[in-house]
Amino acid sequence: MTAAHPLAPPLAAGGAGEHRTLIISLFALFVVATLAITLRAGRQTRGADDFYAGGRQFSGFQNGLAISGDYMSAASFLGIAGAIALSGYDGFLYSIGFLVAWLVALLLVAEPLRNSGRYTMGDVLAYRMRQRPVRTAAGTSTIIVSIFYLLAQMAGAGALVTLLLGITSEWGKILVVVLVGIVMILYVTIGGMKGTTWVQMVKAVLLIAGTLLITFLVMLRFHFDISALLGAAAENSGKGAAFLEPGLKYGTTATSKIDFISLGLALVLGTAGLPHILIRFYTVPTAKAARKSVNWAIGIIGVFYLMTIVLGFGAAALIAPGEITAANKAGNTAAPQLAEVIGGGAGSTGGAVLLAVISAVAFATILAVVAGLTLASSSSFAHDIYVNVIRKGNATEKEEVGAARWATVGIGAVAIVLGVFARSLNVAGLVALAFAVAASANLPTLLYSLFWKRFTTQGALWSIYGGLTASVLLVLFSPVVSGKETSMFPAADFAFFPLENPGLISIPLGFLLGWLGSLLSPEKPDAAKYAELEVRSLTGTGAH
Amino acid sequence: MSSAPPTGPGPQEPPGPAAAPAPPVADADPTRPPHPYTEVQRSAEFGELRRDHRAFAFPLTLAFVLWYLGYVLLSSYAGGFMAVKVAGNVNVALVLGVAQFLTTFLIAWWYSRHAARRLDPKAEAIRNRLEGAA
Repeated sequence: MTAAHPLAPPLAAGGAGEHRTLIISLFALFVVATLAITLRAGRQTRGADDFYAGGRQFSGFQNGLAISGDYMSAASFLGIAGAIALSGYDGFLYSIGFLVAWLVALLLVAEPLRNSGRYTMGDVLAYRMRQRPVRTAAGTSTIIVSIFYLLAQMAGAGALVTLLLGITSEWGKILVVVLVGIVMILYVTIGGMKGTTWVQMVKAVLLIAGTLLITFLVMLRFHFDISALLGAAAENSGKGAAFLEPGLKYGTTATSKIDFISLGLALVLGTAGLPHILIRFYTVPTAKAARKSVNWAIGIIGVFYLMTIVLGFGAAALIAPGEITAANKAGNTAAPQLAEVIGGGAGSTGGAVLLAVISAVAFATILAVVAGLTLASSSSFAHDIYVNVIRKGNATEKEEVGAARWATVGIGAVAIVLGVFARSLNVAGLVALAFAVAASANLPTLLYSLFWKRFTTQGALWSIYGGLTASVLLVLFSPVVSGKETSMFPAADFAFFPLENPGLISIPLGFLLGWLGSLLSPEKPDAAKYAELEVRSLTGTGAH
Repeated sequence: MSSAPPTGPGPQEPPGPAAAPAPPVADADPTRPPHPYTEVQRSAEFGELRRDHRAFAFPLTLAFVLWYLGYVLLSSYAGGFMAVKVAGNVNVALVLGVAQFLTTFLIAWWYSRHAARRLDPKAEAIRNRLEGAA
């Protein structure tokens, strides 16, 4: 195959028109079906418990599915498969932190959070503290983490869908971002947590089924011999045995090695501090069910990442060299390209159908994740900031749910506008930043709140604002934003900080500041409140 | 309230000298009796629950974070070792990577078993007593 095709050779080649019709039909089918589900969920959404926590009646298995649907973003699905397809082992290495991280949630966070909180992360952080300052801080951190993550997903959605559909015009890209934003606002305003949960469950089933199918077909091609698959991938990649060894992506320089350690730390410690994940634990009736849902999530996400190994190495083995990077430099289309090849190649019906199916799954993935992020940030805005800070807790349930719906529209609109402006910037680094903030600002505060009796309001504020500011500033002055060809603003250069991942510095700093802020605090910790929080969080007494 | 666990004669730290026989913590509103959370928190039974959780979860968390970081460090700085072939094209790096998956599944199962056996019954007993008393 020559490299004469201008863009996405296997995708745009041959019957591109048919592909497009099929892909768009499947997208439309997913949107219509999920909106119908959302409307049904909306009719059952009355009070705040319904809107924020889906009525707390989901089972551990259902929530485990929804957590997986919330967590496995397009970055996981397409990004990791692509990273393995291009960098072999290092792409696999990248995926592992995302899974191990769930143990922090399981052992330390999920159950106490479910027992002592109500709707948001801020409920737990502010439990024993002065409400207004800590709620403000928790809300700020929640909204910033979610917006970063959301922005990466929105811009990614625009880039991805246009790539899959072969749209090249700027207006086409803008239209895709706006449509994704509108659907996401509809899911959340109409269906609240109930609707969002169902969308995430449907998406998780589709994603697992789609990946399972491709994995099976790839393994069939290699007679279920994983060593043969690896060998073919190493050979076809042109890098030989090095393709199966560490170093191609993260091991190139001394800085990139440290950078990966910093990233790994943020991944492992960040997951349990991601607000859109944390609020999912409120959708089940008990802490035991929360534990069960994390166990399901670990199983589902683990199997999914194991399958991405086959997808990634399969893409490296079966797609002609150079075609993956020709379609997308980061390898984001490796999985759909593999689907086309494994289905019979470009121009074949099997290829066209599988490509369309996998593209639709990727689209479903984006929609489910952005809905979860929008819900997390609008919940926190309404519950933490509007009701508990601005109205000082004096708002009716109806007013609160109304505020949450309006906040959804507002945050959705902000995400659309930012997504449109960011559509041509490389904002993939924002996902890593979201994990870093979650690990540096949210996790220390959560752990201290739950487990350290001397933690004070000042400690909470120092760790949230300190961890948040440190991560954001370090990234602002890093090669993620400027100074490199792959930066967000490649033309500018104010990258004083060499690492793209701030975690190595900002995470210890967040923990240190929480400790120091408490020690230097003029006010004493509220012992009675801590007794209440500790007993409730470990026993589930008085849980909502 | 009456069924709340009695606080033993052991070392306590009453917040004020006058508060000793009365409910242990002076709340902002002295007319309302405080929820017996402080009493429960100091009880031997709750202490056991807390210890059972912390003694299991804290060291295990440290262990799996170190195991993960160790694996990352090996990937970054021990390329030669990681490249050793184990079977066919499968090398040490891939085996250790898959081992991270297996240990994650294993730890999740182990913690859940520990929680079901050691934590849930204690938590339930305390909760029932507190909620029954309220």
